[in-house]
Amino acid sequence: MVAVATVTVAFLAIPLVGLVTKASWSTLWTDLTTPIAIDALKLSLVCSLWATGLSLVLGLPLAWVLARTRFPGRDLVRALTILPMVLPPVVGGVALLLAFGRDGLVGRPLYAWLGIQFTFSTAGAVLAETFVAMPFLIITVEAALRSMDGRYEEAASSLGAGRWTTFRRVTLPMIGPSLIAGIALTWARALGEFGATITFAGDIQGRTQALPLAVYLALQENEHVAVALSLALLAISIVVLVALRGRWLGAINS
Amino acid sequence: MSLGAEVHVVIGAFEEHLQLEVAEGEVLAVLGPNGSGKSTLLRALAGLRPLTAGRIVLDGVVLDDPAAGVLVPPERRPCGMVFQDYLLFPHLTALANVAFGLRSRGASKSEANRRALVWLDRMDLGERAGSRPGQLSGGQAQRVAMARALATEPRLLLLDEPMAALDAGVRGSVRHQLRRNLAEFSGSCVMVTHDPLDAAAIADRLVIVEAGAVVQQGTMEEVTTRPRTGYVAELMGLNLLRGVGRGRSLALADGTTLETASAWSGDVLAAIAPRDVALYVDRPDGSPRNTWPARVAEVHLMGDRVRVLLDGPVRLTAEITPAALSQLGLTEGAPVWASVKATQIDVYDETS
Repeated sequence: MVAVATVTVAFLAIPLVGLVTKASWSTLWTDLTTPIAIDALKLSLVCSLWATGLSLVLGLPLAWVLARTRFPGRDLVRALTILPMVLPPVVGGVALLLAFGRDGLVGRPLYAWLGIQFTFSTAGAVLAETFVAMPFLIITVEAALRSMDGRYEEAASSLGAGRWTTFRRVTLPMIGPSLIAGIALTWARALGEFGATITFAGDIQGRTQALPLAVYLALQENEHVAVALSLALLAISIVVLVALRGRWLGAINS
Repeated sequence: MSLGAEVHVVIGAFEEHLQLEVAEGEVLAVLGPNGSGKSTLLRALAGLRPLTAGRIVLDGVVLDDPAAGVLVPPERRPCGMVFQDYLLFPHLTALANVAFGLRSRGASKSEANRRALVWLDRMDLGERAGSRPGQLSGGQAQRVAMARALATEPRLLLLDEPMAALDAGVRGSVRHQLRRNLAEFSGSCVMVTHDPLDAAAIADRLVIVEAGAVVQQGTMEEVTTRPRTGYVAELMGLNLLRGVGRGRSLALADGTTLETASAWSGDVLAAIAPRDVALYVDRPDGSPRNTWPARVAEVHLMGDRVRVLLDGPVRLTAEITPAALSQLGLTEGAPVWASVKATQIDVYDETS
């Protein structure tokens, strides 16, 4: 058992060690400040924050509905919301293309009537990242809501608080740690999104070319830049992990 | 009449159907075994559980009437509730907990805090205003919960087992304070409890609920001396026998006959205080007449008294002194003679 465990740890650690040791530390700063890298960093930040915000606005109410109400087909809805987590991102991108592309189910009328186009646009990248990342927020928050004693909400309503006041002043603070964990996971997932974005929104520098896309592209032309950008993503991941440790991860487990 | 309620709730196989009225300033205690529907009653009154049928009227305002399509949601009812484990909001200070209801009902933050502090002071908790619920003792948390419920000046106060979560050591003082708070409270109060001591100390009137129905109600004295069901008798520490009166004798279901001091006819109940059940190793001669052989089923030491549960034609609990216990040499399974004087059997109609 211990031998296998050691191999497993090595398997997980060696690629990271490779990344760190093969990096050209002396040129790191210039690599990270090339136009491609800067555009990708900026775009990633903007897109992932938008995706996280959208996930929050759209996902929080759904998590509440899933946790607090009963309706026929609830399990089906829950399965649907989790589906993007297990779906290959490329398939998600194709699906998004068929729905929101210029010829898509929703995309065609949107383009025809309002001139809104998602493909090859930053909005499309945001949409793709949201599609893939939002389930993390929903399941984290739903689990927190379920493990929270719903009677606190009843106590609030017995004190004269309506549904919104109760949610804002009791529910949200009580699930706070899980909510923050959910936000961090969602943001990290959005930041790393590749497949759905490249399939749906394309790979245009400064518009849809987020960090992972830039890394992939750079790897073929300028390995230094790819490694530098990978290091940046690794650093962000570690920061998220450290921030999530202890009670935040505990909140997910409970 | 301040509160008038006909509560009819169906939850799966459980059905609760009971009626109660509580006057202004009156404290009604609802006693019952676990699962009898006490909490469901409170939840219905608070609006947390809509009625299946029936009607709840508070100060002339209909709060729930499914037939008329009226259902006032909990947040718009003039009710305050103290939950069994208080449910103080863990992320808020004691002050913010008490101010919560005031703010929800529209008071400004400073006004709510000012009034909340008055309530905490009244509960002798002014100096704990900044504490989180996790830092409060059980008794303090209970008082914060009371302050929180009373701060909105409800017309109906609902207490769900307000003492159940407390250590025996602080119960006395908390009970005393609760009684003082309720004396100042002008609305109606319904308190659910399973402890007759709490009911005796705090309530004006008593309702006993079993399996979703009222089985007995009245003043504490009426209920304690004249239990109508085995549960009530046990709660009050009395032996309850059911039988048929034939003149001055009472025929029990198993065929045993008891002699009573007065004449009765029809179905009657007989209450016997455990301390009035005398025990003998050998059959006693002369009076009392009500004597029968029994077997010791269980012996419980309770402070300076000993409760002896008897098996036999008549199942009874006797209460004797520890000295008598050792003198009689009673152990579980030992044969014993039990006797009760006719004058110590309190007989009353089953229905009246």
